[in-house]
Amino acid sequence: MTDATTTSSQSTSPFGSVIQWLLRNHIWVFLALTIVVFSLASPYFLTVKNMSNILTQGAFIGILAIGMTMVMIDGEIDLSVGAILALACALSIGLQPVIGSWPAVFVGLLSGAALGFVNGTLVALSGMHSFIVTLGALIGIRGLVFVYTGENALMVEDFAYTEIAEVYLGPLSLTAMLFIALALFFQWILSSTRHGRETYAVGDNIEAAHDAGINVKRHKIINFTLCGTLAAVCGILLSMRLGTAEPNAGKVWELWTIIAVVLGGTRLQGGYGSMWMTIGGVFTLAVLRNGLRLLNTPNYVELMVMGAVLILALVLDKALNHRGDH
Amino acid sequence: MTDVILEVRDITKTFPGVKALDAVSFDIRPGEVHALVGENGAGKSTLMKTLAGLHQPDGGEILYMGKPITVAGPLEARQEGILLIHQELSLSPELSVAENIYLGAWPTNRFGVLKKRELRQNSAKALKALGCGFGPDVRVGTLSVAMQQMVEIARAEAFRANVVIFDEPTASLTDNEKDQLFQTIRNLKSKGVGIVYISHKMDEIFDITDRITVLRDGQVQGTVDTAGTDLNQITRMMIGRTLDNYFVKAKAEFGEEVLRVEGLSNKGLFRDVSFSVRQGEVLGLYGLVGAGRSEVVETIFGVRKADGGKLWWNGAEIPLPTPRQSIDMGMALVPESRKEQGLVLMMGGRENTSLPHLQLFSSGSIMDKKKELETYRKYQEALAIKTTGPDQAVSQLSGGNQQKFVLAKWLCANPKLIILDEPTRGIDVGSKSAIHELIAELAEKGLAVIVISSEMPEVLGVSHRVLTMSEGAVVAAFEGDGLTEENLIDAVSHQPASVAAE
Amino acid sequence: MQDALKGLLRRHGLIVAFMVFLAGVALNTDAFLSAGNILDVLRQVSITGMMAVGVTFVVLTGRLDLSVGSMLTLLTVIVVDQHNQSGPLMAMIITLAAGCALGAINGVLVGYIGLNSLIVTLAMLSFLQGLVLFYSGGSNVNITNAQDTWFAVFGRASLFGIPVPVVMFLAAAAVAAFVLKFTTFGRQIYGVGGNETASVFSGIDSRRAVFWTYVISGLTTGLAAIIMGSRVMGAQNTIGQGYELTVLAGIILGGTSLLGGSGSIGRTVLGIAMLGFIQNGLLLLGFPYYVQWLVTWAVIIIAVWIDLGAKRGRIFA
Repeated sequence: MTDATTTSSQSTSPFGSVIQWLLRNHIWVFLALTIVVFSLASPYFLTVKNMSNILTQGAFIGILAIGMTMVMIDGEIDLSVGAILALACALSIGLQPVIGSWPAVFVGLLSGAALGFVNGTLVALSGMHSFIVTLGALIGIRGLVFVYTGENALMVEDFAYTEIAEVYLGPLSLTAMLFIALALFFQWILSSTRHGRETYAVGDNIEAAHDAGINVKRHKIINFTLCGTLAAVCGILLSMRLGTAEPNAGKVWELWTIIAVVLGGTRLQGGYGSMWMTIGGVFTLAVLRNGLRLLNTPNYVELMVMGAVLILALVLDKALNHRGDH
Repeated sequence: MTDVILEVRDITKTFPGVKALDAVSFDIRPGEVHALVGENGAGKSTLMKTLAGLHQPDGGEILYMGKPITVAGPLEARQEGILLIHQELSLSPELSVAENIYLGAWPTNRFGVLKKRELRQNSAKALKALGCGFGPDVRVGTLSVAMQQMVEIARAEAFRANVVIFDEPTASLTDNEKDQLFQTIRNLKSKGVGIVYISHKMDEIFDITDRITVLRDGQVQGTVDTAGTDLNQITRMMIGRTLDNYFVKAKAEFGEEVLRVEGLSNKGLFRDVSFSVRQGEVLGLYGLVGAGRSEVVETIFGVRKADGGKLWWNGAEIPLPTPRQSIDMGMALVPESRKEQGLVLMMGGRENTSLPHLQLFSSGSIMDKKKELETYRKYQEALAIKTTGPDQAVSQLSGGNQQKFVLAKWLCANPKLIILDEPTRGIDVGSKSAIHELIAELAEKGLAVIVISSEMPEVLGVSHRVLTMSEGAVVAAFEGDGLTEENLIDAVSHQPASVAAE
Repeated sequence: MQDALKGLLRRHGLIVAFMVFLAGVALNTDAFLSAGNILDVLRQVSITGMMAVGVTFVVLTGRLDLSVGSMLTLLTVIVVDQHNQSGPLMAMIITLAAGCALGAINGVLVGYIGLNSLIVTLAMLSFLQGLVLFYSGGSNVNITNAQDTWFAVFGRASLFGIPVPVVMFLAAAAVAAFVLKFTTFGRQIYGVGGNETASVFSGIDSRRAVFWTYVISGLTTGLAAIIMGSRVMGAQNTIGQGYELTVLAGIILGGTSLLGGSGSIGRTVLGIAMLGFIQNGLLLLGFPYYVQWLVTWAVIIIAVWIDLGAKRGRIFA
């Protein structure tokens, strides 16, 4: 057992564990690099105001990314988050004159949870690939949004509602605070609760998880429900910030969300990932967008850089992490 | 408390077409290591899966601590104190050691929050009891296979198992690791745990076990004390039939050398493998699962990339080929797993047959479906394959008929060398003897044949010459009178000289 | 008799349900099953259909292509812009070559390097959207001599009473169906999608096969861009947004498996046509256009579930 002692001493020595952590969370290295580059390139970048902007801008995709991370560690995917967001946004504004602000918000949340539950149940019961189930939902839920809004943007009537989003704690907007709080909370769920550990076990080795008595179906339904609920949270925050509900709100956001999560390092095949990685991915994406805009680069650069970075991340992941797999 | 922990009485289990267990009875006493031996397909794995709750028996009963019980599933078995340590470990590589020990049964409070300290302390205790050199917080994916196995064994400590079943536990362990494992097993034994030990390696069986139960064709051939028996008796009980009338061996008329390899190596899988095979010759390759036999032929065929070695084809040295080149030269490989490597299951027999030789069944890239159908008909008749039609998905066929299509897909291009990797695994007796006859027929037609098999009677029955492999090296070669079970068992039960010297 | 009906429903339940739907709409509207309306529907689906023909090759190998929507935008911008600069013939050649080249990039990344197809083509989606803005400078492009160019043929003209884009779509589908059914390449694709390992053991170069499916997907997207450019006589920067999902929805609805190895061009044409007729029928019945999305959702789930259940032999997983 000489090998055993070397391995364990490696992972307990502080230097070794820092290296290991960085190898598994290389997104933070990348985030630091981008921050350094943009700080040098633009005097407006590293200011409190701009950082505050980045946090708020990143937080919307970030909240979606939290749910997506849960689902993805399970080895599944949810393409319907953008549409769920739009529905929650529309309901929370549209119902205000009828039942009041907070009940409307509650109904918005409920709609997200219900649709997530439907997705999860369909995946678990039918055995269909979640890509298909949620692709259908993406199309259909957008239809629901249009049925409800009738193609028009809904406007908020009670302007006190939009002021909720203007609550700041220092440089942190309510949205940013909520994102960070939720991310930390779900990191705790992942690392410290039965449900969280089940998520890894299911995504990692579904046979072993099943043999160990984990109820895989119920587990997946819960994660899809969480993902839908978080999408609704995002939609409600958007409604507070904008004061309007566009029927096309959140279109293609599911793609940005997947990009952020994968960029962070969470593996699409499941079993591997964390909220830390996702936070890194979300902020890297936000910094890239913000920095490139500050530099007055045309917006095509942003899109092209994003595509290139994503492929680079994939190649890096293949080179770094798949060594040990075989 | 009786002196028997677990007793199996007249357990019967039938799968479609096979009686896997036929009124099997045996018992495990506290503090003993009880070996379960038999050839592949003798029923060992079915028996242990039944004990671990993965199969439900059709008849008979299981008595645990003197009381009859039903083992509903693996979790129930574990909670009762019956633990199966499977050859393919059931761990989650991304979770920590402690979390894997208690996989699915983590200590939590009412709200599902892990009691991390309790989890770690209990795990650490279990690890310490086993003398493991790693802590409970290490990620399992970073551990070696031997250490991962210790994690599974730690479950025995953690759940206070009374019975632990080891299935081929040393298959991928080095010598040192094996000694460590045996120490652990003795340790468990001294605590009164009953241990079932399943292995092909006879020297291990004689080293560690107290009693041996031999299974053959789903029936118990007998239980003997290890101290009072020897290799000969066990081998006789395992094989127990006369080989001569069961197999047809091709006439030993050999022609030119077809294939020769020298110094073929593939890192971590096998090293320095050299041999040759001639026209009309059947060369057997015998060894335990994991000895590197399949990897050798897959490397020759080109599915795996070699790290070194030379290859001669029809007497001329050529670079190691790609699969396409191998096929075009006239090499054929009937792979080990027909479902994963051999067939496209959703295709019919017709399309599977032509798949490796599309250029032969086409002109200018357009498929010649008439020719394809004729060839399909020819081989379907010649090999007596039962299907409802050329396009019936092969997934719906029996194992024997599937295997015949794998043969058809290679034979239809008239190969010069055919490599058969476990050609009769998991198929019925009728198809089995048909395939044995076919091997003889092909060799007499002048093909060079390489047969890989874990079934000793088979490899002895069909081959003119047998190479034995152990832990990635060719350790011995036998022909003529040297082709005996004793020789083969002896050759694979020991470490290869080169490894022992390391 | 009852068993026969059950079997028919199980195997072709989708088609039967579709027929019932068609009949239902036809009874409630006059125009629905008229030749004119049917051609209209086919004309509307010819662009997604054309793309779906190529993407079907990719899906049959068990991969995805999410980049075709952005690619459609880019190629439409290219064909329109080049039409103004180099004339219609050159514009078409350049567009098709660009489509193949972009497909080849996907093909190298997924086929030869072995990266995950979903992420690669998602990255490509973003990258190509950027490329569109770079190429067009952010403004819409229009064909300057829209009145007197023969380029209008592809989007607007008819051949023997059948719209040219429909002819192109069906011709492409016929060629693709022939390739998949009757050529060695087609057989390789089904082999790789059905069981990649067994195909490699059969001497098939799976990486090369995957590479070419992406090139084909790029090529059909180029053809779709020609139809689009000709129909609109211009191109906005978002003209192809979301097309990748509609295309996949049609393919899935037809019953081609995302796991690869099972499906056909015929099924894709059916799936795409169903999407078109559902849309058209609901509009004729007086529903707003977005109701089709709700129906599509239900139809996809039910169709795929039934398909899967029939293969598995039981409804629940």
